[in-house]
Amino acid sequence: MRYDTVIIGGGLAGLAAGISLQKEGRSCAIVSTGQNALHFFSGTFESIQEPDQRILDLFNGAGIHVHYKKGVRLMPLGSFRESGLSLEDVSLFPTPKIGRKVLIVNFTGYHDFFSAFLAEGLEKQGMECRIRFLNLPEFANFSAMRSVQIARKMDIAWEKVVQEVRLLIKDEDTVVLPQVFGLRETAVVSRIRQGIPAQVVFAGTMPPSVPGIRTQMQLKQRFEVLGGTYLMGDRVLKAHVHDGVVHSIVTKNLDQHYLEADSFILATGGFFSKGLKSNPFQVSEPIFGLDVEYALDRNQWYNPSFAADQPYMAYGVKTDAQLKALRQGESLKNLYAIGSILGQSHPELGSGAGLAIRSAFAAADDILSTPSV
Amino acid sequence: MMKPQEFTESRHNFEECTKCTVCTAYCPVLQVNPLYPGPKQAGPDGERLRLKDPYFFNYALKYCLNCKRCEVACPSEVNVADLIQSARIRYDKSPTKLRDRILASTDLMGTLARPVAPIVNGVTSLGITKTAMDAFLKIDRQRTFPTYSMQSFEHWLHRRRKEQAAFPEQVAYFHGCYVNYNYPQLGKDLVKVLNALGVGVQLLEKEKCCGIALITNGLSAQATRQARHNVAALGKAVDAGLKVVTTSSTCTLTLRDEYPGVLQVDNSAVRDSILMATRFIFEKLEKGATLRFRPDFHKKIAYHTPCHLEKLGWGIFSERLLRMIPGVEFVMLDSACCGIAGTYGFKKENYQASQEIGAALFDQIKAVNPDLVACDCETCKWQIEMSTGYPVANPISILAEALE
Repeated sequence: MRYDTVIIGGGLAGLAAGISLQKEGRSCAIVSTGQNALHFFSGTFESIQEPDQRILDLFNGAGIHVHYKKGVRLMPLGSFRESGLSLEDVSLFPTPKIGRKVLIVNFTGYHDFFSAFLAEGLEKQGMECRIRFLNLPEFANFSAMRSVQIARKMDIAWEKVVQEVRLLIKDEDTVVLPQVFGLRETAVVSRIRQGIPAQVVFAGTMPPSVPGIRTQMQLKQRFEVLGGTYLMGDRVLKAHVHDGVVHSIVTKNLDQHYLEADSFILATGGFFSKGLKSNPFQVSEPIFGLDVEYALDRNQWYNPSFAADQPYMAYGVKTDAQLKALRQGESLKNLYAIGSILGQSHPELGSGAGLAIRSAFAAADDILSTPSV
Repeated sequence: MMKPQEFTESRHNFEECTKCTVCTAYCPVLQVNPLYPGPKQAGPDGERLRLKDPYFFNYALKYCLNCKRCEVACPSEVNVADLIQSARIRYDKSPTKLRDRILASTDLMGTLARPVAPIVNGVTSLGITKTAMDAFLKIDRQRTFPTYSMQSFEHWLHRRRKEQAAFPEQVAYFHGCYVNYNYPQLGKDLVKVLNALGVGVQLLEKEKCCGIALITNGLSAQATRQARHNVAALGKAVDAGLKVVTTSSTCTLTLRDEYPGVLQVDNSAVRDSILMATRFIFEKLEKGATLRFRPDFHKKIAYHTPCHLEKLGWGIFSERLLRMIPGVEFVMLDSACCGIAGTYGFKKENYQASQEIGAALFDQIKAVNPDLVACDCETCKWQIEMSTGYPVANPISILAEALE
């Protein structure tokens, strides 16, 4: 099967590139080995502050509401971090203070939202907290309460939370709820805010991330509405490369049915998603065997202090200035590397989401600058 | 030099699980059945415990639909559903109920029912029969039963073997129980489309039911025997240089992936030659073959990708073929399980969950209001027709109807 561009990896970077190309009439297929890092998404696109119009268009086009304000955002354990472009779920504050008195509301039996730690964190910073639990009949019999299961019920029964919280509020000016609202029904987040007579702040939970899954669904849907093909649950086994040009790729599901394209984008992520692999002797890129930037001495890969910056996090494939990937020192003519597989070798692109989106745009622009065949 | 990676391969890749919980977000059962522990716990988490002591086997694993959506979603390629089905085979020693034996024996029931098909069809559609089956067998009375055909597909094609052999190119067809006993028309439609491409269709020497219903109903020993038989039968066709085409996504997944993955039957000699007919046809057209379509064919078609086709990753072939037909207005439905999962939805204890799982899909179909729903799976067809009232057809049948 032939496309203008085949994108390997269906996370934020792959989708941003796919949407940009489809919008300009280029046909794209995305091959994704299962779901992606958006499932662990905090709701804030790291390293994107003042967003340019193009980034806003990407999200608005997919029906995703984003906002930015200089300041900080609340972390799951009550600390604060610098704000960035965020989903509407995430509240942004000018200073690390979310309110005077805070009511933290959790669901009975939900262990992936750490209300006690959150209260402790906020109290240390001078905010008075009270924790209450909701015991809703929707969750009677649940053997394991997880964010997504709660979100599914709440897409239908969100009004109950509003009613219960209204009864619980005494003199609090702020209510904190877990980030488990609006999975398919995207309006639920704002409806809860409107229904509760206090400032409502949603705080992060353990994965899977409900706002992250929603974002993934919206971006994927946008890509498909534009005519893109998303092949979920497939893995690229190898590529056919001749004279520095990638001709086709072989996938596990399509075996002898190769995917051919004029250009290819590698957006397979870092170590977690196996875009990069390591063994005791080397760090490698498994599909194309690209050049990887890493220390030859294994002892320098990691810092024995767990919480310190880990050098391996910065490892990534080497590219030229157009993000064309290098193999044995030469750039492949039609293969771009984008997103976290770049490691942090491109500081000007930012880290995390900033890296994903900006590198996706750069690769898409370079592809669009050559006329489609 | 020691290569530690060589020693870290685990059964069904379960050591690769990073506990990321992504699978739990895509399990249709977890959405509706609070008794089911979910794919992560039932699969890789539970496997660690079961390996220590079979005591930790949990009978709630029977609620798994085997839809494989956990595997499609898993970023670490853990064969979560295979782990669950294998654990059921290994540790579930409870005897199989009569009802489950009946539901699983698609071959036998077809053979028995066929000669007296009109009577069987009449009787199973009677209210009193449904009440009795509900009461004695716990087969839910709200189900519509598939009807049986008087003449089997095998019989029909056997009578045409000479005319089929005259075509310059040949394929073998694994038709499955549904085409053979319930709906031979789908097989006839395939023959029509392949013939139009200059391809003749042969039967396998003797095929048996792929065995998926046996696997999910705890009859793995019989499933294994049938798998060995089928691999041998497929082998003869493949040795003769034939591709084997299929029209059921579940039979295809079973023949290709459940045999080695769950039943541990080696199919490596035949696996790559087994293709959905949609893929086979698409590849022929890609290489330059042409089909001529009627100018007066106009239909709005909503396409539902069955779970097992989603797992195979071959939904694109059905989509591309349907979009190729002039006069088709194509709507891709959201990827979601319809809830029937073969025999699962027929069981009284699963009926409600089955309908709840499919609810979003049914609502979407009603909102799209198509002329026809397209889908490559026979049990999805029963479920969607019963639950929405919209007719459902295999893409192959749609192609056949649209041909000039």
